[in-house]
Amino acid sequence: MSRRYDSRTTIFSPEGRLYQVEYALEAISHAGTALGILATDGIVLAAERKVTSKLLEQDTSAEKLYILNDNMICAVAGMTADANILINFARTNAQKYLLTYNADIPCEQLVRRVCDLKQGYTQHGGLRPFGVSFIYAGYDPQRQFQLYQSNPSGNYGGWKATSVGANNASAQSLLKQDYNEECSLKEACELAVKVLSKTMDSTKLSSEKIEFATVGRTKSGTVYHHLWTAEEIDALLREHGLAKKEGEGVEESGRPGEAV
Amino acid sequence: MRGATILKATEDKTRPLNKHTLMAFVGEAGDTVQFAEYISANIALYSMRNSTQLPPYEVSSFVRTTLAKALRSKNPYTVNLLLGGFDTRTEKPELYWIDYLASSAPVPYAAHGYAQYYCLSILDKHHHPDIDLEKGLELLRMCTDELKRRLPFDFKGVIVKVVDKEGIREVEWEEGKQMYAP
Repeated sequence: MSRRYDSRTTIFSPEGRLYQVEYALEAISHAGTALGILATDGIVLAAERKVTSKLLEQDTSAEKLYILNDNMICAVAGMTADANILINFARTNAQKYLLTYNADIPCEQLVRRVCDLKQGYTQHGGLRPFGVSFIYAGYDPQRQFQLYQSNPSGNYGGWKATSVGANNASAQSLLKQDYNEECSLKEACELAVKVLSKTMDSTKLSSEKIEFATVGRTKSGTVYHHLWTAEEIDALLREHGLAKKEGEGVEESGRPGEAV
Repeated sequence: MRGATILKATEDKTRPLNKHTLMAFVGEAGDTVQFAEYISANIALYSMRNSTQLPPYEVSSFVRTTLAKALRSKNPYTVNLLLGGFDTRTEKPELYWIDYLASSAPVPYAAHGYAQYYCLSILDKHHHPDIDLEKGLELLRMCTDELKRRLPFDFKGVIVKVVDKEGIREVEWEEGKQMYAP
């Protein structure tokens, strides 16, 4: 029945739906979970990486977390190859703004520019939409720390804590339960690993299975972003008793190319 | 066609760019207004699109970038500018000196055109970093008096505008007494 309407992104079905966009959302709901939590003094992004293998070079292949600009990072859920296009676009636009105005692009403006591009692929026909949802974390002097989420339809919104990918409904309700508006970055990191440990399939976490990043401000007031090293992630997991014991191997799963 | 002729003595050579930024311009007759309108339209567009005011430093960078691009094209603008603004985030007033070669510098006081030869020396002597608006207007009076005294052509007076946290406003500027060179 839907065959007549789902082969083109530009065409509404009789029920008023855009199937290709819904399929893209469906693809993302199988991807590894990514979540972001806003704290008073910073933001934490955490993500589950699906492609784990003993042979995978750990520190040269960030799979889910990317730096967009001096004041912004993002987490990806969905097709990495599609995400790379959008990330490249976002980086270029951030630099163009810097060239023109000599200042970092305000977070919402960068999110909007990426979402305008995403929206275009739901309307101009013949092409599929980007199969990517993002969580953006950034800082600008006007609105301080900000957390945004966007999806393949080109919609975006600002959040205090949010998640995308597999099990995002349960992650979301865990966040709703335990989120505290006055929390510090450290407490937000704790909440992030706890939520991930409950929503991920494997019982014990390790630095091979998750990625972690924070945005914050130094004492002098300059913005920093930091993609955590494997050692830092393991230290955090040990601190909260979620680490895998020594000697246990990594169960291999996933393959390159599928939604991660 | 006419040689040096006065066409209008009360032309306002300033343009408000947004609530807290004012631009003053001098230069080639057609270029000045064309450039000022282009800048003010683009800054207004930014305010509409983003429902926020671009702070003075960002405005100055945009003006500088636009001039620098034009300078390296086939039709550069021959316009010198002064940009006055009040940054509502830092609560500080700012002044930028920009010339047609797309140099931009934040300065405590500035002048363009023939007047600068008279005004800058007065300001060098009497300006202090901590003066208030009232003292600033006094300094301006000293400058215009000197212009009346020294300019080799007829001085037609000035339009005075103030930018502060309230926004932009024009100040009544009493035409002072006749000045004579010693």
